[in-house]
Amino acid sequence: MEQPLLDVQQLTKHYPLRAGALHRLLPQRQTPVLRAVDGVSFTMAPGETLGLVGESGCGKTTTGRLILRAIEPTSGRIVFGGQDITALHSPALQPFRRQVQIVFQDPYSSLNPRLTVRQSIGEPMLVHGLASRDELRHQVNAVLEMVGLSREYGERYPHEMSGGQRQRVGIARALGVQPQLIVADEAVSALDVSVRAQILNLFVELRERLGLAYLFISHDLGVVRFISHRVAVMYLGQLVEVGPAAELFANPLHPYAQALLAAIPRIGDGSVSMFDHTERLLAGELPNPIDVPAGCRFYDRCPYRMDRCRQAAPALRAVAAERAVACYLHT
Amino acid sequence: MTETLLEVRNLGVAFHDEDGVLRAVDGVSFGVARGEIVGLVGESGAGKTLTAEAIMRLIRCPPGRISGEILYRGRDLLALDEAELADIRGKDIAMIFQNPISSLNPVFRVGAQLLEAMLLHLPARRRTLRDRVREIFTRVGIPSAERRAQDYPHQFSGGMCQRAMIGMGIACTPSLLIADEPTTALDVTIQAQILALIRQLAAELGMAVLLVSHDLGIISQMCRRVLVMYAGKIVEEAPIATIFHAPAHPYTRGLMACIPHLEQVPERLGTIAGVMPGLRDLPSGCRFHPRCPIAEPRCAVTEPALRALDETHRVSCHLARKD
Amino acid sequence: MEQARGVRTVDGDVLPAEAVGVVRHDAQTAEYARLWRRFCRNKGAVFGLAVFLAIVFMALFADLISPYNPLVQNYARPMEGPSTDHWLGTDSFGRDMLSRIIHGARIALVVGILAVLLAMVVGVTLGLISGYYGGLTDTIIMRVMDGLFAFPILILAIALMAVMGFGVRNVIIAVAIVSIAPFARVTRGDVLAVREEPYIEAARLAGISNRAIIWRHVLPNVLAPIIVQGALRVSAAIITESGLSFLGLGPPPPTPVWGSMIAEGRNFIVMAPHISTFPGIALMITVVGLNLFGDGLRDVLDPKLKS
Repeated sequence: MEQPLLDVQQLTKHYPLRAGALHRLLPQRQTPVLRAVDGVSFTMAPGETLGLVGESGCGKTTTGRLILRAIEPTSGRIVFGGQDITALHSPALQPFRRQVQIVFQDPYSSLNPRLTVRQSIGEPMLVHGLASRDELRHQVNAVLEMVGLSREYGERYPHEMSGGQRQRVGIARALGVQPQLIVADEAVSALDVSVRAQILNLFVELRERLGLAYLFISHDLGVVRFISHRVAVMYLGQLVEVGPAAELFANPLHPYAQALLAAIPRIGDGSVSMFDHTERLLAGELPNPIDVPAGCRFYDRCPYRMDRCRQAAPALRAVAAERAVACYLHT
Repeated sequence: MTETLLEVRNLGVAFHDEDGVLRAVDGVSFGVARGEIVGLVGESGAGKTLTAEAIMRLIRCPPGRISGEILYRGRDLLALDEAELADIRGKDIAMIFQNPISSLNPVFRVGAQLLEAMLLHLPARRRTLRDRVREIFTRVGIPSAERRAQDYPHQFSGGMCQRAMIGMGIACTPSLLIADEPTTALDVTIQAQILALIRQLAAELGMAVLLVSHDLGIISQMCRRVLVMYAGKIVEEAPIATIFHAPAHPYTRGLMACIPHLEQVPERLGTIAGVMPGLRDLPSGCRFHPRCPIAEPRCAVTEPALRALDETHRVSCHLARKD
Repeated sequence: MEQARGVRTVDGDVLPAEAVGVVRHDAQTAEYARLWRRFCRNKGAVFGLAVFLAIVFMALFADLISPYNPLVQNYARPMEGPSTDHWLGTDSFGRDMLSRIIHGARIALVVGILAVLLAMVVGVTLGLISGYYGGLTDTIIMRVMDGLFAFPILILAIALMAVMGFGVRNVIIAVAIVSIAPFARVTRGDVLAVREEPYIEAARLAGISNRAIIWRHVLPNVLAPIIVQGALRVSAAIITESGLSFLGLGPPPPTPVWGSMIAEGRNFIVMAPHISTFPGIALMITVVGLNLFGDGLRDVLDPKLKS
């Protein structure tokens, strides 16, 4: 069995909040804690695309940031390429920084407006010693070509380019240092539909050509379905279901995953409507990651809830090869 | 034949700046019948929001300039003065927007804002209207209506704010609701609830809805008839079934091809080459021709008119014909 | 990739399809031209720029354009009003006022610009460090800046001169010290905003050092308000320097300096008001002009930042 590229174990991020006056009056007198990510564990193989989905407050963005070591975990381990990088700091972290890169959501603010495209792409390459100043031009041109931009774009400034082109530059910047894993944080969400398709195709081409792994964070399930090999669904800081994309989408096991998929408005000719069965639509509000209940976090909104669900939270357990669910209905 | 509630004729929205005139909406014509849900779909920059805002005359003129006719029950909204317009806005035609939290005034209680909206148009007394506020809140699915009416907007979630906005929209039972990307800022499960609510209310109140969105999925689920906009013009108009099974305009076809489906996943998504032109770089002839896979020389010369392929299907393309 | 197709725009150019929707490359020059035009629409700002250029001209070519040597005294014709020989009259020592005022511009400008440059270097550096790193460093630096701000400028300058002694060099240092705080504060404000931008995080995640990030990513993006502040501070520096000279703390006589010229004329206000008035007017025009110029710069640069 090949060593996983990324092995995340019980990753946790808690934000202690300063107690407001109201909380001091409550019997517990504990500092309220925002449990952004709570005991998340998963692995990624080299060259694999894992889609991380969920709604606001589920912790997917925070998980991405933790893996990048952009923020510090409260507890847990991150093992990349066999090396435990959880507690490392620069300069020891430098080799890791080259191996894992990020592509941001907003193409308009993810590039320094004062730098040319060439400078933005070339800077990380210089810092990691991948090119000398003479070779740099050549290398940058090669990367530009890989993302579908002609070399004239090297002299342009971001504000002279469209959103899709800027996003290509952002991808080129990530590629320049030849990483093994790219964290795409809502990387296509800010783009128009037709441009989105171009960029998604680019992601696919690049992974075929370079063997890249992607952690694809998105709230758009259609996009995730297209690009992911495997999908992980998060709710309120925890993983509720993980499995191969096609299987999970065709047959979701966790009640939340089912509700999520049922809520997607699908393109069609209007003959079948998702509103024919409004009872299938999830009721209630999105939960608050501050007051987290003791048992299963989906209890309040779950149509299949049982007593045992309230007492103890179900753990994420494998139910088939490659499939895992955190629900008493299946374990 | 159902009564035509709204008829837009040759609508144009132009902006004048130091470098010239920008025609953001150009020659747009369509109608909305009583009680029907019509979708206006397009990517950003296509002009769909401006079209919606023009109907309510929410565009500041100058620097904007609205031309054409917007006939509501036979009266041209563009010819009315502010007083007559204020009478129609909110009462006969209501509008809800994309970002519900910024649509509410943060320093007033939500209930009070709904009350104010009703006081403007309904002749009832304050006390009666206060009860109506509670009714409406319950109607749009806000739990604990009495208590919630006393809350401030920041205490409401995004979904609840949008429910409150919808409440304000339907408070005076308008005949037309214009919804501009009402769920874009909301999460998927909340979006489904809000869309279901809009559909339900439309059916119960016999209200027509003009739904503006970039999401073809939402349009498919909600709308009977669809208008596709590109670079300020309507390029296709048809029932949703036709748009899905037999789109006639190359742009519509391209759009359908680039959206990822949840069931069949291709190796690559279909794409439309290039980018929608900015208003300063509009191509000659058909605005879509530089990106069009079947463009012919005449497409660069003359702009195609929006012509009828059959009773319900209109396209603006030289090459489109009935399949 | 897709085959690029030609697009005939309304003007008749043929652009590749890729270019459709893209701001053309000459947009950068067009942008500067647009900014210049906007600047020129502001009459006050243009006046200010003219004043600034005039002062610079006077400073550079003082020796060439002065009709007389400003230091040469002429006891035969003291305190004369404006005449054809002496356009602005003479002072109590018979020296030509016009020449002295022209030479005074040189000192004003040199002190103003050098002091501001010095203050800018120190203040901007402090602001960058303070804003980027935050925490205790930020608190300490900002409290010191608050302290500097709290002092009335002139009192502080006097105190510094008392410690350091007189002379042009010390005037420059004193004025510089007093001007540091505004630069630090303005810089820090913008750094706090820029620090949160995704491209800064991208640089950090790419392994770029903090020093490199501050220099290459943060600084270029906070320059605009610093430049505006620079223009405004030059006028403040000139006022401070004049104030110090007026009190006798500036360059010693007989150096022609507007502040001391005004002071010299104090005793003769009734008999020969022009001795104090003309340098005063020169000072006023300079300061107002520079302020208008600075405001004009702000109007032109700030909205661009927002867009």
